[in-house]
Amino acid sequence: MAVSGLILLAYLVAHVMGNLKVFFGPDEFNAYGHWLRTMGAPVLHHGWALWIVRVGLLAAVIAHGVSAYQLSRLDRRARPTRYVHKRRRASYATRTMRWGGVIIALFVVWHLLDLTTLTVNGNAQPGHPYENVVATFSTWYGNVIYLVAMLAVGLHVRHGFWSAAQTLGVGSARRDRALKAAATTLALVLTAGFVAVPVAVMTGVVS
Amino acid sequence: MRLTLRVWRQKNADAPGTMATYEVDGISPDMSFLEMLDTLNEELILRGEEPVAFDHDCREGICGACSLVINGDAHGPERTTTCQLHMRSFRDGDTIDVEPWRAAAFPVVKDLVVDRSSFDRIIQAGGYVSAPTGSAPEAHATPVPKADADRAFEHAECIGCGACVAACPNGSAMLFTSAKVNHLNVLPQGAPERESRVLDMVAQMDAEGFGGCTLTGECATACPKGIPLPSISAMNREWLRATRRRVV
Repeated sequence: MAVSGLILLAYLVAHVMGNLKVFFGPDEFNAYGHWLRTMGAPVLHHGWALWIVRVGLLAAVIAHGVSAYQLSRLDRRARPTRYVHKRRRASYATRTMRWGGVIIALFVVWHLLDLTTLTVNGNAQPGHPYENVVATFSTWYGNVIYLVAMLAVGLHVRHGFWSAAQTLGVGSARRDRALKAAATTLALVLTAGFVAVPVAVMTGVVS
Repeated sequence: MRLTLRVWRQKNADAPGTMATYEVDGISPDMSFLEMLDTLNEELILRGEEPVAFDHDCREGICGACSLVINGDAHGPERTTTCQLHMRSFRDGDTIDVEPWRAAAFPVVKDLVVDRSSFDRIIQAGGYVSAPTGSAPEAHATPVPKADADRAFEHAECIGCGACVAACPNGSAMLFTSAKVNHLNVLPQGAPERESRVLDMVAQMDAEGFGGCTLTGECATACPKGIPLPSISAMNREWLRATRRRVV
């Protein structure tokens, strides 16, 4: 859970940095998209590096999902009879880890269909990611799906990063405040960075 | 004070249980929660009804026997044991829900009494030292740094009441087990079994059917002895270290 989560988190950091290139215009953004395919050349063939990353990510997603399922099953079995007197427990980010994770997984499917396979994209021009991104965020549903998912990502990272540190034995009373601050900062920076792109398209900064 | 109590009644481990409603009157705000239940039981006995079974022993907050979930909180609204909770924490006319600890590893024996011997088996798996005991050793023979002694004492405060399991939405015993592991693992007296202790106790904890930890922090909030949440991370650190040593 912790290790696969941290792998995915590291990918998100790289992802948001790539996304922000959209603010430097179509040429730079599209060139960046092209570089992702020529990465590792001439050692690697065209697109191989990207596929290696994709396989690694898929393995991390599967490991994360399977361990989440196993943990949830274990937890439900450990409390067969629920309390009659219900009380709201833990923080919002903590309580929404399971369903938030499901929402993020569904979003990833939509996101791949939209901007990787271009199946549901309004522009659907291979090799022109900038124009495709603008097309996505020119639709109301594209914006809604994306914004909801990014809020879910922020909440997930907020509890997930700190929890991963505890699982890996890094947590301590002295480091607790620093770890929580790091988790909140990561969550805010990622969410703000991802949300900046649809907001820029909506406000006409990127077109 | 006049109160309405909704109490979990269950004849035995196999019988189905239900919440029964009782009215109690003439409760003093200075009574402890258990004294209030004693008052209820006296009335029930006079009426020829079966008194409510609940666990209690020292009534001083140090034995860990009492175990009630009051209005959804393990040990009730104050951060203490149920026996040290006073009726002044409630208001006249309140309706109070009283339930047993809920966990697969803590089956209900009767009414509000649960079987916590799963905790005993976790202790048996490694919560001890093999150093010879007997007469007190010379104090300077085994120097313990002050910081380590404080950490050990902090964790030794755990009275094994099980509030952590009751409060955890996952019914996990990580806080209890971590308190016991850390208590002995930081001391030189616990060093010979440092690796086997954490591995065996965690294995026993899993075998008992406790849930997994999702770091909700409910355990540390409910703990009457203030075992801190980072104890869980310290146990994970010990577990990873022991696993590495066993593999290499």
